[in-house]
Amino acid sequence: GGSGAGRERRDELREELLLSPLPTGDVAATFQFRTRWDADLQRGAVSHYRLFPKALGRLVAALGVRELHLALTQGFWRTRFWGQPPLQAPAGAELWVWFQPTVTDVDKAWKELSNILSGIFCASLNFIDSTNTVIPTASFKPLGLANGTDHHLLRYAVLPREVVCTENLTPWKKLLPCGSKAGLAVLLKAERLFHSSYHSQAVHIRPVCRDASCMAVSWELRQTLAVVFDVFSSGQGKKDWSLFKMFSRTLTDACPLASQSKVYVDISPKNKEKELLEVTPPPTSVHEAVVQGDKKTYAVYDLLSPSLFNTSRSLNVQLKWKRPQDSSEMPIPVLHAQRYVGGYGLQTGEICTLIYNTHPYRAFPVILLETVPWYLRLYVHTLTIITKGKENKPSYIHYQPAQDRRRPHLLEMLIQLPANSVTKITIQFERALLKWTEYPPDPNHGFYVGSSVLSALVPSVIAMKDVDVEQSPLFTSLFPSSDGSSYFVRLYTEPLLVNLPTPDFSMPYNVICLTCTVVAVCYGSFYNLLTRTFHVEEPSRGGLAKRLANVIRKLRGVPLL
Amino acid sequence: VVEGLALLDLGVSPYSGAIFHETPLIIYLFHFLIEYAELVFMITDVLTAVALYLAIQDFNKVVFKKQKLLIELDKYAPDVAELIQTPMEMHYIPLKVALFYLLNPYSVMSCVAKSTCAINNSVIAFFILATIKGSAFLSAVFLALATYQSLYPLTLFAPALLYLLQRQFIPIKLKSKSFWLYTMQYASLYLCSLIVIICLSFFLLNSWDFIPAVYGFILSVPDLTPNIGLFWYFFAEMFEHFSLFFVCVFQINVFFYTIPLAIKLKEHPVFFMFVQMAIISIFKSYPTVGDVALYMAFLPVWSHLYRFLRNIFILSCVLIFCSFLFPVLWHLWIYAGSANSNFYYAITLTFNIGQILLISDYFYAFLRREYYLTHGLHLTRQDGTEAMLVLK
Repeated sequence: GGSGAGRERRDELREELLLSPLPTGDVAATFQFRTRWDADLQRGAVSHYRLFPKALGRLVAALGVRELHLALTQGFWRTRFWGQPPLQAPAGAELWVWFQPTVTDVDKAWKELSNILSGIFCASLNFIDSTNTVIPTASFKPLGLANGTDHHLLRYAVLPREVVCTENLTPWKKLLPCGSKAGLAVLLKAERLFHSSYHSQAVHIRPVCRDASCMAVSWELRQTLAVVFDVFSSGQGKKDWSLFKMFSRTLTDACPLASQSKVYVDISPKNKEKELLEVTPPPTSVHEAVVQGDKKTYAVYDLLSPSLFNTSRSLNVQLKWKRPQDSSEMPIPVLHAQRYVGGYGLQTGEICTLIYNTHPYRAFPVILLETVPWYLRLYVHTLTIITKGKENKPSYIHYQPAQDRRRPHLLEMLIQLPANSVTKITIQFERALLKWTEYPPDPNHGFYVGSSVLSALVPSVIAMKDVDVEQSPLFTSLFPSSDGSSYFVRLYTEPLLVNLPTPDFSMPYNVICLTCTVVAVCYGSFYNLLTRTFHVEEPSRGGLAKRLANVIRKLRGVPLL
Repeated sequence: VVEGLALLDLGVSPYSGAIFHETPLIIYLFHFLIEYAELVFMITDVLTAVALYLAIQDFNKVVFKKQKLLIELDKYAPDVAELIQTPMEMHYIPLKVALFYLLNPYSVMSCVAKSTCAINNSVIAFFILATIKGSAFLSAVFLALATYQSLYPLTLFAPALLYLLQRQFIPIKLKSKSFWLYTMQYASLYLCSLIVIICLSFFLLNSWDFIPAVYGFILSVPDLTPNIGLFWYFFAEMFEHFSLFFVCVFQINVFFYTIPLAIKLKEHPVFFMFVQMAIISIFKSYPTVGDVALYMAFLPVWSHLYRFLRNIFILSCVLIFCSFLFPVLWHLWIYAGSANSNFYYAITLTFNIGQILLISDYFYAFLRREYYLTHGLHLTRQDGTEAMLVLK
């Protein structure tokens, strides 16, 4: 214990891997590494870092960060087919940060923060500037302890064009206390992880209550990595999975610094009668929980329990399907969304978002946050929201129009979704012509529009108990739950790719010359007419050229000039 | 404008974004008239035509009177009878002007597109009417309104002043006290009305946001949406280093011809006004075909110059062809994707050169006619042979 130990600061590490088979036969693996540190990073001058990485700790202390969430993602989570994700992130890089109220210049701190994170994670986060940062008012409420929510302390930016690769994984792994040498992190090998449909690595830092009485604040760092392995690309068409098949490694031991190290496998029966999945070796225990409105059963392998490695030195969890998958059994998630661009030509277009509420009898509201870059000029008077053929007026709209080259559009709406309905939100835009230096190196590839964010409290069918963060698995305590009847979900839509009209890049000098020629034509004609007057022409005696021409004409026998 | 009204309804300042660049008075005008928008634009066009009709009618009387005076004073050479304008040929000119404006395909297109250019044209037409009728106060008020809408009618201050001075029979000499007195009067009327209108706009929306959004926008040209002018592609392909320099050069180019034209055309202020309006519609930062329609409406007034125009056939062909090619090449670039922005840019260049040459042709013809009026139509050289006239 540390209660009587004076200034000793306790920190603990828990690591966890969740394997969930998805309805389409793919497998999702979610790693979570949670370091909790009972220190006050803001006030005390902390110099001794043990499990908490020093780079992040100093960042939080120096820049007055209250909450930090950074996600680097490749691919898109198909909510419609894979179900509700435990924690979704948009394609590309996403960074949202709550600053402490003591920070005076939030924009400066934001710029410094994005540059430092860009260095730590080898990602181009330094491209985050005022043209892609917004200040949401209703979405992205703090996930940790919060004293008051002045939304001017929040910044949110998305870089949809950002690509995730091994260079980003390596510094991420370096932040783990055991590195990639022991525990669950040995499975994180880049050549298998990037050979997947969806790869998302994230870092979440937030303050949490130290204990139930919440008298003191601890800092929690969660590093999550979610991977979806595809049946066809990684599984060679067969739907049997094993740790070795997915990661080309097996688990040999737990991280010695971890207080808890577990592997959870989702073996929930789909029809309440028979089990779908068979796992070998037999699990150390079975855990039941209500997660995202569904009762789920998990097979648990506790890497710290001595009985696990008795029979073999390594743990290779194998999943076999007991009976073939029936595609009609695919459960449809309660809330899912889709977004696309409509229209033709390079002048105008339309962004359409479809939100589906498949709950049979409950209606619930959803907050939609759209960030559109300034060069797609949105016309808010064309915003229409149609549900079941009738117009649906949002109960809260916050619209901040873009300023050219300074600020993107921000549209936040609270829309009520009736039960069992599809809501279509359309807004028209016009495409701007940019200066030739503002186009990316491949201008005809198009410009990316970041995903829109849907945040909702989805009503759950089964009542959920309040979770005790310390006792329950990590994947159940990501989002704070307010009451037992609904769970919080944050969904992202697809990013969009939009083409803009391009000028001819080979022509700057020609254009300047031609336009100046036209102006000179005007200037020349007017100069002539303004400064000269009419005179009767005096016959000239003939200059040299005329005399020469006359000589030649005489030789030819042609009349003289 | 619809977007500005929608933003106002949402409680956001219409100028906080980059889409709305009209003045607050327009917002308030359309707040009440938005349902009858088509009717409003049609009525505006009709009002413009009526104002032009009345203005040209009055102007014809003035021209005729002046002509009579100069003939009696023997200022004209003896053999210029065929150059003198007769009431018979001047009778239908006001009607022609009104029809030129109403039936011009450019004004029809502006009306259908519901462009606020029609309102600008209407204000300028009323300004011309007030000036020709001689009312300094109304002329100053309308000029202030026109300048408030888009900055460039400021240059029309000089021709209006010259016309009013002529009408009051005040000689234009820099040393004359009455000249300065009248100029000060007119200038103060104009500035006061401008200040009143700007303050009224401030009180309508309770902020000075509209000044950078309207005037800053006109002067700094941030939006590069293709239009029929020369600026957009120029600034799209500009090296960032020079963009401020070239913005200043292009803006000065509009205002720069006023003083030289005033010196040359001080006896003919209405022609000066015509040339100035043409220069504004060619070189303004966001020209539209409605601006072109306005100065083209005046061409029948100078129809007596027809015999001195040198390139009128080619220029009218150029203008007509360009007008047809504009939508074709726009479609090819933006929708079909088989053409390039250069195609549309080329037509822009040709169209503007056509307009420039048209104006300078009329200017040339005007000056030539004036020369013939004072020096006689049949010019002979010292040795009696027929002479040629050159510009030296």
